Amino acid sequence: MSTAAPLAKRILLQGRYEALSMLRNGEQLVLAIALPLLGLVVLVLTPFLDGMADSRIDAATPGIIALCAMSTAFTGQGIATGFDRRYGVLRFLSTTPLGKPGLILGKVLGVVVVLAVQLVVIGTVAVLLGWRPDAAGMLPGLVQLIVGAAAFTALGLLVAGTLRPEATLAVTNLVWILLAVAGGIVLPGTLLPDAMRPFVDILPSSALGDGLRSALIDGAFNLPAFLILAAWAFLSSLAAIRWFKWS
Amino acid sequence: MPNPSPALEVEALVKDFGPVSALDGKMVRVLDGVHLRAYPGQVTALLGANGAGKTTTLECAQGLQRPNGGTVRLLGENPFNAGAALRSRVGVMLQEGGLPPSARPLALLNHVAAMYGAPRPVAELADRLGINSYATTGIRRLSGGQKQRLALACALIGNPEVLFLDEPSAGLDPQSRTIVFDLIRELRAEGLAIILTTHLLDDAQKLADYVYILDTGRTVTHGTVADLTADDAGDTYRDLRFQAAPGLGLPAGAFPALTFRETDPGRYSVAGCFTPADLAGLARWWEEAGVLPLSISMQPRSLEDVFLDISGREIR
Repeated sequence: MSTAAPLAKRILLQGRYEALSMLRNGEQLVLAIALPLLGLVVLVLTPFLDGMADSRIDAATPGIIALCAMSTAFTGQGIATGFDRRYGVLRFLSTTPLGKPGLILGKVLGVVVVLAVQLVVIGTVAVLLGWRPDAAGMLPGLVQLIVGAAAFTALGLLVAGTLRPEATLAVTNLVWILLAVAGGIVLPGTLLPDAMRPFVDILPSSALGDGLRSALIDGAFNLPAFLILAAWAFLSSLAAIRWFKWS
Repeated sequence: MPNPSPALEVEALVKDFGPVSALDGKMVRVLDGVHLRAYPGQVTALLGANGAGKTTTLECAQGLQRPNGGTVRLLGENPFNAGAALRSRVGVMLQEGGLPPSARPLALLNHVAAMYGAPRPVAELADRLGINSYATTGIRRLSGGQKQRLALACALIGNPEVLFLDEPSAGLDPQSRTIVFDLIRELRAEGLAIILTTHLLDDAQKLADYVYILDTGRTVTHGTVADLTADDAGDTYRDLRFQAAPGLGLPAGAFPALTFRETDPGRYSVAGCFTPADLAGLARWWEEAGVLPLSISMQPRSLEDVFLDISGREIR
């Protein structure tokens, strides 16, 4: 009689599959690795972040890591899911033993794996450029990164599950650019015009950027940033569960 | 029936879609009383015009859609949000395949196989369906028939007891079609319950043990192909075709039991329960009208005749 492979194996397989698909896709690699590296170099060569930390690279790297999480979890994963939905891949895989929960968990795992690859690449380049993160901030930073990635993954799934894939492509790329420039992620909200502050401060982008900067520059756990990220993760997950369409 | 307990049992199925803004935001009822049963070791075909509700019925049976009314029992369970144990016993081939365009065929088949505890051997199935010749070509570059064979392999790889095939012959060239049909017959002999939709009545006539005809979201008739093509009065239903000059005045009044049609200019069909006397009457009519047909053929009623009688001849 036919049986299913164990649950953990199914999720791991799907996670590997999703991660490899993202890493094999040229456009996704540009978004996930090339643009963040470019951003890192630009911030090291320009004086925008001067005075925020001991060195430019110390000030820039946390925000660039936050940008990586947004690229992979929101834009990359959102576009991939949108097209999977268009081609019936979501429906087909949900009829296999993987199922709907396994498919979503596999996608989350794929995001985590790609994010880990990004951390290694960006971290290595940053260390070569002189990055010395606060050791006490590693654990708080990891917590903020995980909650932030969860919030962006849920937002990406919400967009992919409700809009047409072409619209998902446009929206996730546009939002990525807007938030990268003026969302408080790479350039902290303190550098933006005061009028924008009340709005920018509650965005997941600025919360993740600030949370990682507090952790990796000052070794501190930024509780308000964490709460904002947790609220985004919770509410977007609820919205995605409510409105996500599989076909 | 070879096995008294059905693999799939659908009763009084109702499904609404919408609200559709083009229709003042009203819900659209796409299924309104579908019933069907599919048994192990049989091919059960769902026939219907475009929009009759075939695919939606399959999606409710596969657990992809939640019905608004009625019941679905797949291997004795409700398939909607069913667990992995049930999903591992059911193989699904979707109408548009459900294949990721960026994947490679053999890698995808291996990936799907690994989701199962005891899959069919991948190499054997790939060989059987001729997938090896395009094993590493990106799926977006495959022909319709190549994609179709890969989708069938993905549906079969888990060694299912129930196999759903939505339009399995779409896009197949004659060679692929023979391979796929032979495989379907073999799977039937292995005892699988196979449920397929098709709009090709010829395919249904060749493959199906039992046929359900859907129209506007309901099951309107069902039976074996032999049952459906037989006439109530016995087996005297014939379709007589002949070719002659276009635009003959047809003598319908003289033959109340027969239906005359000019299907194309110069091509005529006379269908109904013939008696030998009717045939003689036709010959007399040809004699009086000075008609010498180019060709005459006579055949029993086809599934197509049954289908067109039920769902009408107009395009909807």
